[in-house]
Amino acid sequence: MPDATPPAARASDRAAALAPGAARPRPPGGRAFIWLCGGALGFNLLLVLSQLLLIAWNGLGYFWPRELVAFERGAEGTLLGEVHAREQYRPAGIDPATLAGDLPWRIQLKIANRELTGTDFLWLDEREVTATRRPADAVHVERLEWGAFHGFLRDVRRGDELLAAGDAAWPRFLALVEEKRVQRDALLELERGAVGDVNHELEELRLERRRPDAAARATELDARQATLDAQFLELTSRLDAMRTTLAAESARFVTADGKEQLLEIGAIVHALRPNELSTLDRLALWASRLFAFLLEEPRESNTEGGIFPALFGTVMMVFLMSVAVVPLGVLAALYLREYARQGALVRVVRIAVNNLAGVPSIVFGVFGLGFFVYGVGGTLDQWFHAEALPQPTFGTGGILWAALTLALLTVPVVIVATEEGLAAVPRAVREGSLALGATKFETTWRVVLPAAAPGMLTGVILAIARAAGEVAPLMIVGMVKLAPALPIDHHAPFIHLDRKFMHLGFHIYDVGFQSPNAEATKPLVFATALVLLVLVVAMNLVAIRLRNQLRQRYASSAV
Amino acid sequence: MTEPTAPPDDAAILEVEDLRLFYGEAPALHGISLRIPRRRITAFIGPSGCGKSTLLRCFNRMNDLVDGVRTEGDVRFEGRTILGNAVDVNLLRRRIGMVFQKSNPFPKSIYDNVAYGPRVHGVRSASALDDLVEKSLRGAALWDEVKDRLRQSALGLSGGQQQRLCIARAIAVEPEVVLLDEPCSALDPVATAKIEDLMLELKKDYTLVIVTHNMQQASRVSDLTAFLYMGRLIEFGRTDELFVKPREKQTEDYITGRFG
Repeated sequence: MPDATPPAARASDRAAALAPGAARPRPPGGRAFIWLCGGALGFNLLLVLSQLLLIAWNGLGYFWPRELVAFERGAEGTLLGEVHAREQYRPAGIDPATLAGDLPWRIQLKIANRELTGTDFLWLDEREVTATRRPADAVHVERLEWGAFHGFLRDVRRGDELLAAGDAAWPRFLALVEEKRVQRDALLELERGAVGDVNHELEELRLERRRPDAAARATELDARQATLDAQFLELTSRLDAMRTTLAAESARFVTADGKEQLLEIGAIVHALRPNELSTLDRLALWASRLFAFLLEEPRESNTEGGIFPALFGTVMMVFLMSVAVVPLGVLAALYLREYARQGALVRVVRIAVNNLAGVPSIVFGVFGLGFFVYGVGGTLDQWFHAEALPQPTFGTGGILWAALTLALLTVPVVIVATEEGLAAVPRAVREGSLALGATKFETTWRVVLPAAAPGMLTGVILAIARAAGEVAPLMIVGMVKLAPALPIDHHAPFIHLDRKFMHLGFHIYDVGFQSPNAEATKPLVFATALVLLVLVVAMNLVAIRLRNQLRQRYASSAV
Repeated sequence: MTEPTAPPDDAAILEVEDLRLFYGEAPALHGISLRIPRRRITAFIGPSGCGKSTLLRCFNRMNDLVDGVRTEGDVRFEGRTILGNAVDVNLLRRRIGMVFQKSNPFPKSIYDNVAYGPRVHGVRSASALDDLVEKSLRGAALWDEVKDRLRQSALGLSGGQQQRLCIARAIAVEPEVVLLDEPCSALDPVATAKIEDLMLELKKDYTLVIVTHNMQQASRVSDLTAFLYMGRLIEFGRTDELFVKPREKQTEDYITGRFG
């Protein structure tokens, strides 16, 4: 309203506006602002939702068993593969004006048979296709090496002896695949179990020989060495025999364009005729592939197989991180809030803690490498693992150092959240405890801390969410592309904090950007990202549930 | 300034002698002397900011929690000084309990609230704790209302119940004196009446000192009343005498509602 209006007129305006039924027309700003706010929220939700949907669709679609389609191209031969995409494109070197009507369509085809074709995927112009078929007997074979194979089964043989051909070949082949899977598992178990144990003891013996008192115990050590060597030899011959049995049978396949290929059945993970499957079969297969992805180890430098070691490494690292960060952060916050004299120094410390949360994570990684790995780890090695030097035990990246580095990274979050939780505990409650003759420590320990627990858990939730997704600092303190062993196994002391580990975040990067077969691994990137997302959400849900239980028990806490 | 009257009969349990208290440089109590008798209810009345709560909080040293508080003079409990660094404050607070203006139950179960004090002071046996909790809750006239939900959160109780729980919590450590700092100011008349009945009951075993804004309350429950004004003790005497024929003009003005 312009100020030129005389005061008397304004007063009468006001009287009129306040009179019942006389609503003054208002500028539309308020309502527009509400729409703006709502729109911003809606846009954010839309972004999050579309991100989730994109990842879930691409990730989960990876496990769906697709049909094998044969595309006949006249003289150029037939292609047998899974259709992964279809799009319109502008063919190179052709003036669009000369094209009649719309742009041509092309199909992305996964033709597999990498050892024959040199590529997994190719684009096929639909104009080249003369006919398409879905042959019922087309076989999709998943192998330990070379990726998938598409073709038609001819016969099954052991060496030169023909075991089955024609219609009898397929059931015999499936039975053999199953039989070989059992044999392969047994072989793997022997390698991991008995052979691993002997290797472990041989390594311990080697280290014992380097200890100062080894000379005095030479005969005893020699005897042990002899026993172990004999055991090792015996196991090796058993392994060799098993490997020979495993490799005995093979299956002869023919590809869509008539090339013959002999596949060793012992190296086949799974085989099926996808065109024969009903929707229900596909669903069951989809679920089993999904579980296999979660529970199996990666193959072919992470481009095939599962992600179990990465999943395990992530969970264990986050767990270790939480174990380290909670006491550290809570105690620091307790001192800052409850004991320190609230003055300039504490304010500076608080600002520093908050700024610590903004330090780029790679800087923490460098610090972790210099302090934990070389400093603490190197010293530990000199004290406790001197016999293994110069090969480092703790003086190299490992899951413990990674967890501690991330604990440093996330400790500001825990400190801030805990401080807020402590500040929310009313002064009256503390005085109530003190007035009963409790000391300050008893008051803090028995009343203030439990009441602030939900606030602390909020901090832990934030820390977990941050830590589970962090990749950059881990790359230099112990995370690897492929870890030979999990950080937990049956050798004492069972939890090997010095071991290197795999991590979902790095796995995504590695599979997506470090693999020569980018098209084939693209869906793996989505699937792994989905797992990481679900994992973080699941860990947060557990923590949130715990917090809600605490909140119910200590119903006054505001944080 | 009038010389405070000597307590009528029993020996004093708390003696205040020329107590001066400063918040920083600002004086809040200007030389107060009084003697609080055993197993009686003594009420402190006076307008807001007159120092009655400050005086009350000297008895269990709660003023220690405020930065920059300095005291001069002496406060004796059972004949021994309670000021100074040599005093075990935690033991003192065990023997002189306190109930606050706003009920402040811990965010724990009803049982744990009452058992808190005994546990802090080393009672471990479950049966001893059970007995203490029941006895204290009965003592605070709360047992019948909560006996079936001892394990539920104390914060689910009504305001009046919470305040009685705080009284139960205070008497669970078996103190000799219970200080009540405007215990009914946040309660409705029914809950207030219950607390007042309770105070009359408690006086058989404990010495009670109550700060109140409510002159009817002071006249209903207390045996002795002290009127404080601007950090000075104006008048201290038997409640029936002080309210019927106050000796000081200021007291009369205050209790007849002419100021304050």
